[in-house]
Amino acid sequence: MEVRNLDSAASLHYTFDVQGGDFGKAGDASSRVKRILQQIGAGPEIVRRVAVACYEAEMNVVIHAHKGKVTLDADLQRIAVTVEDEGPGIEDIDQAMTPGFSTAPDSVREMGFGAGMGLPNMKSCSSDLRIDSVKGVGTTVRMTFDNA
Amino acid sequence: MNSEISDAGGGLTLRRIREILDGEIICGEQFADSAVGSACGCDLMSDVLAFTRPGSVLLTGLTNSQVVRTAEMLDLKGIVFVRSKKPDERTVKMAEALQLVLILSPHPLYESCGRLYVSGLGGCQDVGRAGDTCHAEPDSAEPRHAELDSASRDDGETIRA
Repeated sequence: MEVRNLDSAASLHYTFDVQGGDFGKAGDASSRVKRILQQIGAGPEIVRRVAVACYEAEMNVVIHAHKGKVTLDADLQRIAVTVEDEGPGIEDIDQAMTPGFSTAPDSVREMGFGAGMGLPNMKSCSSDLRIDSVKGVGTTVRMTFDNA
Repeated sequence: MNSEISDAGGGLTLRRIREILDGEIICGEQFADSAVGSACGCDLMSDVLAFTRPGSVLLTGLTNSQVVRTAEMLDLKGIVFVRSKKPDERTVKMAEALQLVLILSPHPLYESCGRLYVSGLGGCQDVGRAGDTCHAEPDSAEPRHAELDSASRDDGETIRA
């Protein structure tokens, strides 16, 4: 992978596939996102915020969806992560945003996830969070992270 | 309280943590002299992701690869697996690549945490420095709601580093 710092005119764009139900590879995309941001010289605090939010979103795809993808767009001012999936969708987004609410099965809870903190974590780590979901079709989570 | 940490701070090295826990280092021996200033004992990875300060050590009863992934995202320095539960080889290899120190503690989670706490290793909330977590600002007690519309609100805004 190319290692460089972004110059003022540069931006980058990466996409990573995520497979639903594949807990062995869950987190791989977020790990790649984190390393890319470190390599372009983003500060550790914003890198952590992006990594945590991206990882929570990626875990949601692995837990709930058939498949999905993580897209990273970054320039000097802003980092954007979009996580879109083909899956069951979110029936009630306000309810899903409530800390502690989860529809994850017990098998996922035994792995330490599905505690109903994923979306609240994404919200608090990102500068802006938007969720579009269609029941039975899928969900798109768009997060931006201002570099401040 | 037999605190080993002076008021000036400095934390405990992971090697000292191993001793206090009667434990065993199974990965990252060469990094065990680095010090951690706080710890988190938890089996809920989302709570760890929400509240743990970078550079901490995590104590947990889980051994799956997501524990290592969680530590990676937060820049943690080490993980203590309590009751001597050993992660599988793949998880250990992942930790090796990330230069994480893995320690097995024979004690249960509560007792492992207690031993470190009385040795002076505080929790991630002890100092009350929310800026040290992954969050930009302290979380509100009220659940916040997603923006449901796709209308552009502040897309033109840029914030300087």
